[in-house]
This record gives sequence, structure tokens and C-alpha cells, in this order.
Amino acid sequence: MAATALGRRGPAVPSSSRGGRRRANLRALLYLSPWLAGFAIFFVYPLLSTVYFSFQRYDMFTLEPVGLLNYRYLLHDDAAWTALRNTLWLVVVMVPLRVLFGLGVAQLITKVKAGAGVLRTIFYLPSLVPLVAGTLGFVYLLNPGTGPVQAVLDAVGLPSPDWFGDPAWSKWGLTILGLWSVGDLMVIFLAALLDVPRQLYEAAAIDGANAWHQFTRITLPIIRPVLMFATVTGVIQTLQYFTQAMVAARVASGATDSAGSVFVPGYPDQSTLTFPEWLFHQGFRDYAMGYACVLALVLFAISMVFTLILLRQFRGFAEEEA
Amino acid sequence: MKRLPALSAAVGLALLTACTAGTENSAPSVPAGSANHDPVTIEFWHGFSADNELKAFDDTLAGFKQKYPWITVKATKAVQDDQILQAVRGGNPPDVALSFTTDSVAEFCKAGIFQDLNPYLAASKIDPATLFPPVIAEYTQYQGKRCVMPMLADAYGLYYNKKLMKGSQPPKTLSELAGLAKKLTVKDDKGDIEVAGFVPTSQMYENAPIHTGVMVGAKWTNPDGTSAIGSDPQWKKLMTWQKELADWYGYDKLEKFRKSFGDEWSADNPFNKGKVAMAIDGEWRNAMLASDAPGVDYGTAPLPVADDQQDRYGAGFITGTVIGIPRGARHQEAAWDLVEYLTTDTDALVKLSNAIRNVPSTLPALRSPDLDKDPNFQTFLDIFANPNSSTLPANVNSVFNQQTMQEAQIQWESGRATDLDALLADVDKKINDKLKLTAGG
Repeated sequence: MAATALGRRGPAVPSSSRGGRRRANLRALLYLSPWLAGFAIFFVYPLLSTVYFSFQRYDMFTLEPVGLLNYRYLLHDDAAWTALRNTLWLVVVMVPLRVLFGLGVAQLITKVKAGAGVLRTIFYLPSLVPLVAGTLGFVYLLNPGTGPVQAVLDAVGLPSPDWFGDPAWSKWGLTILGLWSVGDLMVIFLAALLDVPRQLYEAAAIDGANAWHQFTRITLPIIRPVLMFATVTGVIQTLQYFTQAMVAARVASGATDSAGSVFVPGYPDQSTLTFPEWLFHQGFRDYAMGYACVLALVLFAISMVFTLILLRQFRGFAEEEA
Repeated sequence: MKRLPALSAAVGLALLTACTAGTENSAPSVPAGSANHDPVTIEFWHGFSADNELKAFDDTLAGFKQKYPWITVKATKAVQDDQILQAVRGGNPPDVALSFTTDSVAEFCKAGIFQDLNPYLAASKIDPATLFPPVIAEYTQYQGKRCVMPMLADAYGLYYNKKLMKGSQPPKTLSELAGLAKKLTVKDDKGDIEVAGFVPTSQMYENAPIHTGVMVGAKWTNPDGTSAIGSDPQWKKLMTWQKELADWYGYDKLEKFRKSFGDEWSADNPFNKGKVAMAIDGEWRNAMLASDAPGVDYGTAPLPVADDQQDRYGAGFITGTVIGIPRGARHQEAAWDLVEYLTTDTDALVKLSNAIRNVPSTLPALRSPDLDKDPNFQTFLDIFANPNSSTLPANVNSVFNQQTMQEAQIQWESGRATDLDALLADVDKKINDKLKLTAGG
């Protein structure tokens, strides 16, 4: 028995050494404690509270246990499912387009012989514009009544959609806004592209590789970690997409923050309603914080799934690289 | 190791307890009297922001200071309901708060965000039934709790530009309104609208369903709180009428025209600019026209009514500004003095009404000889006094219900929904489901 126990526990350790290990563990815990405290206060506690409130009728002032009522409501809350579909649309369409566009712009800038600095600045500046201001500007530019884009298209006899007033175009309007402010990705891609050793291209050119082959066989493999980073952060940011959709819908609908002026979230026809926006409306406008907690848990679960898939991909890539 | 789960459970419980500590309801302690005249400063949050309104309101507060010299009011302007809510939740509310919308009154009362004022009214020997018009009770109390008081009221009617009307009289029925709207509309050679007789869509500034529903006497809820929208034929009548007129303009043309407008509250309002001949608006537009567009020759009239309801002509939608004492207010006695002054003092109400052209909210102020009554403002006083005028009774889902209805209206007007019965049945379902979620109805 003793041998078995020893075998299970490993070789006997002198008591002084065990004490040293304990001290080392305590010291490690001490160093970790700021992070552990932050993790407990800002993640574990809110998560537990969210789970608790999801079983309550909670208007932020009074509590009433309601069992699974909030979860049952989710099953036939059409707006929540529409919001989820819209958010996933943005993840599937806007994120790849932003990555591709950012990469394309960065690639072009690396090829420019003169004025690259000016171009880099011009493309980067929009990402510094505050989200609300940028969105207001875009809604103004694309306004079918007074916008200059409409005026130009009218002048040349081309039809122009009501970008933020037609449900078929509104998400594309937001996507164009996202592409306009692609400077944050462009800068990262530019740094990665400039980091690719020139000799590889020279060697490939001598071997007869054309530009496409050089890009797919040399550039892409080398900058793949950066592409993965841009995709992961892009997906996480888009799952939290809120400000641009809210501002665009509010301005395009013409609703003001005044008595009798009803703002319909997701205008037009809930086509710009995102999941975080619906969550906000339920919790802070409709006093249904218990139900908002259910939506928060769903968003948390979806984010976890996306993150796990992407991390798995990333790990696979890292092992391959190793 | 066995201690760990127990410890975790204890910590979890403690955290949850801490989290829910702010949910207790505390009954307000009614001040014994106003014998205490120690100097006190109270915080007052309100939503006024326009220059003329701020000046008038400052004058009113100066009148309060004369009457209650020991109370200093520290006023904060342009405050929205969200900020009040967060302040109450954070345990640092103002002593008095004013809200421009009555949409949240039910939740304010139900959750105890504002204190029940019935004990204060009783202590001050004020009888709301004899002081206020009956309609006000519907939007200042919920399930017997009067947690806010009315401070001026709003009535909605029709504004018309006399020059653009070319001698036509204001319409009294929806048929007349549609006919006149078509007659007065001017389009360019591409069919784009240059001047609209009347913009019928629900997204036009004050065309929200709470305002237009009164034109057909449409009901929002049944006595049990469930939705009456799908079963009340008046909504269908109104929306069919709106759709026919919108189609005459062309919805896309109408939207393009609407999106060329300036801000509703600025001098760029299309009525000021002569771009619309008739518009639904509140009585406050009189003061705004006087300051922003004094050259516009306009008239006011009650809202047109359904052709088969001409006996209801003269009615309109009524709502108002409300004021109360948030839970946790530190100086309740002085706070009540201010609320009482702003909501019951005839001189104060009349002066404020004359300055910002809102309807006085007490019967003595309405009857006051000092109240300025030019013909355009008188229209709204008459609408306010009309027994067929109505308001949106306090409802815990007031905002959600209006959003849901307006969303359906937009889908219908745009032609993106084609089955009106199914659309309104869906509105019913959404409103009733939401009622179960938030109120257990």
C-alpha cells in the first residue's frame, strides 16, 4: 500500500522542500493576486450576478423570482433572433471585407514609390474619428434628401438607394462605414508586410514566380498570425457592435430624444438591430433587466464559441509553424 | 478542502446580497410641517434647454426663492430620464426631478423610483381631483400611487400655413385632410416634392401613433392591460388612410422629402420654412414660431377626425411635463415645497405658461384672467378642455408598445408589409408577451 501510495504521489519529498514549495506557491499567488482580484470582481461576480438575475423579474429596483420565464420569452422574441441574425451577418460579411480591404490598402501602400507617408496618414485618419461623429457624417453623406452622394448620382443620372432607410441596404451602409475606418487594420498589416524579407521575393522572382504566387506563397504564410489576430479581434468587436448601428438608425429615422418622439431601434424594420443593442434596450429602456441578463448570457456563449473556434485554428497554425 | 465550497457559497451569497441591496423599497417619510426654516440647498434636475425656456424657468425659480427665502435651488438643465434613473440607482439622486415624457410614469411608481406623493398631498390638504383636470390623473399615477405631479400640460392640434392654404379652411375630417393635402402639394418635373400639403407617414415629427390615434379614437389597451390594437378597427381605418395618402405621394418620394428637413426643434423646421402646409404639433410650437419664424402667417385647429366621427371634432392628444421627488432625496421637506409651488401655484403656472406657451395644468390657472389667450393658443386650451381628448394611460411597457406599433406602421406605409390584419395581430402578440414578461399580466 505504501509503495502504491508513494507511486501515486511520486517520490518522497523532504519536509523542508515541501515547505519551500508551499512558500513558492504562496508567493506566486501573491503576485497573481491583483489579477485574481480583478478577475473575481470584474468577471466572476458579474457573471454569477447575471445568471442570478436571469431567473428574476428585475427592473433594476425590484426583484421577483420568475423561474424560466425570461428564457421562455427568448424563444419567441422575434426581435432577439433578428438582432442575432444581423450581428452574425456583420461578422460573416463585414469582418472579412474589412480584413481584405485593410490588407489590400496596406499592400498598395507598400508598392507606392512616392507619397506613401501621406497615403498612410490619409487612410489611417478615419479610424481616429469618434464613432458617433463618423456615423453622423456617413448618414449625412448618404442621405437621399440632402446628401452630396445623392446629388452626384442624380447629376450623372444614376439611381441611389436610401442607404440607411431601406432594410435591403442599411447593413451595407454600415459595412461601407466599417471599410472607411479600416485604418487600424491597415497599419497592422502594413507593419507585417514591411517585415517580410525582401530576399524571398527576389529569389521567387528569379525562380519565375509571378506576383500572385509571391503573394500566396510568401506574403500570406508570413503574415498569417497578423491576419488571425485581425480576424479574432474583428469578430469579438463585431459581436459587440452597437454605437454605429444605434446612431445610424436614430439619425436616419429622424427620431429625437423628446417626448412623443418614438425611436424604433434597428430602423428600418430592425435591419440594423444588433444583439448588444437589443440587450441594452431591454435592460435600460424597457426595464426588463432580468431578460437582458438572458440575452447577455447568450451573447457570452456565442462569443465563447467563436473565440474557441478561432483559438483552435490559431493553435493548429502555431503547431504547424513549430 | 471541504471549507472551499462553503466559503465560495458564502462569498457568492454575500455578493448577491450586496448586488440586490439597492432593491429594497423604502416608504417616504412625510414631513411634519414647514416649521423648519433653516437654510437649505436642494438639487433640481430638469429637461429644459432652449434659451427662452431656461429664462422663463429661471424667473419661475426666482419667484419660488421669494416665497421660500431659506431654500436655494441648484438647477441642472437638459437632464433626461436615463440620468435620473442612474442617479437614483446610484444612491445620489436630486431632491426634485422633472421629466418631459410620461412614458416612464408607471415604472417610476411601480418600482418606487419616485416617491408616492399622496401622503404629501394629504399633509398639504391638496385635493388633486378638484385641482387638476381629470385626464391628468391618467398619466400621473399608476395603480393608486401618484408618484409625480403635472407641471404644465401639452395638447396636440393642427397647424396650417395660411399663405399655402390659399384661402382653404382647415380640414375637419380625414377625407378633407387628404383632399386638401393633394390640392396643396407642389411637385417638380421629376415628381419630387417641393411643398407637401400634409406628410401622412408616422415618422413625420409629431405623427407618432399616440398623437394620430386620437383622430380616429383608437384604443391601445383593454381594461386588463392586454393590447386592443388588433381588435380595434379604428387603427386599421387610420393606417389604411395613411397608406393611401402615402401611396399618392409615392413612399420613396415622401421619404426623400422628409429626409431633407432640418431639426424639428430648430428654426429649420419645414413648417417654419413653408415646405409643409399642414402639420400636427403641440401647443409649444406657437412660442417657437414667434421666436424662430415670426413672419409665418399661420393658424391652428383641432385635429381632423374620422369621417364617421365628426361629433368628436375638437379632441386631441394630451400629455404633459411631470415632476416628483426621487427615492433617496435628501431634503424631502424642501423638495415638496418646490414641487408644490411648481405644480399648484396659480401665478407661477400662468407666468410660465405665458412665457413658453404650454397649457397650464391646474383648473385655477386655466381660468386665470392673467393667462394670455390669443386665438392660436386658445385652440389648444379648447382641445385640453374637450371631453373627447385623451392621453396614453400610464403603462409599464409604454415605450415598448409605442415602438412596436410604430414599427408596424413603418412596415405598412412603406409597403414592406401587405397584410394589415396579420401585422396588427402580430403587434398584439408582441405587446401581450411583453406584458407577461414585465408585469406578469
